[in-house]
Amino acid sequence: MKDARDALMVGRATDGRVVRRPLSPHLQVYRPQISSALSIFHRLTGVALSAGTLLLVWWLVAAATSDEAWDEVQGVVGSPLGMVVLFGWTVALTYHFFAGIRHLFWDAGYGFEKADFHRSGYAVLAATVVCSVAVWAVGLSLRY
Amino acid sequence: MGETAKPHVKVMRSQLGRARGLGSAKSGAAHWWAERVTSLALVPLTLWFVWHALSLVGAPRQAVLDWMYSPVSVVLMLALVATTFHHMALGLQAVIEDYIHAEAARFGALLLMRAACALLALTAIVSVLKMGL
Repeated sequence: MKDARDALMVGRATDGRVVRRPLSPHLQVYRPQISSALSIFHRLTGVALSAGTLLLVWWLVAAATSDEAWDEVQGVVGSPLGMVVLFGWTVALTYHFFAGIRHLFWDAGYGFEKADFHRSGYAVLAATVVCSVAVWAVGLSLRY
Repeated sequence: MGETAKPHVKVMRSQLGRARGLGSAKSGAAHWWAERVTSLALVPLTLWFVWHALSLVGAPRQAVLDWMYSPVSVVLMLALVATTFHHMALGLQAVIEDYIHAEAARFGALLLMRAACALLALTAIVSVLKMGL
């Protein structure tokens, strides 16, 4: 970076006014592709899963504490809103899991060719849908 | 007088770069590796956890306590918790470094995030131990 003003994206117009330097548009112009869409989705699901760990910790604490705490947690998770959140969390986990494996393959050096890239991307999406639905089908059918 | 070897560095970075720690993340190789190792470990651990979580759907508390009482469950649960929170901290660190630009705010956010991850991890670990020991 040659000029500190780049850091703040501040410059001066010809008449001396301090102005924000224009940014080249990216989100407004580029069409979402499998690469960019899956990439940002990987990050979004990561953040969503991080928020979800709060629920996991609450669940563990409740199990370790008392029957009342346990019933409270199970009640919240079993409520309609709780089930929706849990489903969303399952989808996020499944997606992040498969997209993460795709990342690990890239780290090992495989799968960078354009055709492989697209195929693996669609495979991740398909696996996510299939596994989320499968896990939920199993979970809903199993009643202890 | 024998030959003195030239100072030899095996890192692809200039000395000044190393000293100044340029870039928003300052340094990255250890972070990169830890992220990969934790991801790899989380693959089997997550599968194991989901399997058991499914088997315990709608279960009474005693069933969970019985499951957690086995040493295998305790160890794997502890491994899962530690790995998850470490992986999470690394990922959130990357997110914070990317989106918060002001130096003070970024530093504060990173500290807060790490503190939260550490406390959550400890809470989970203590809960698991309480049930399993």
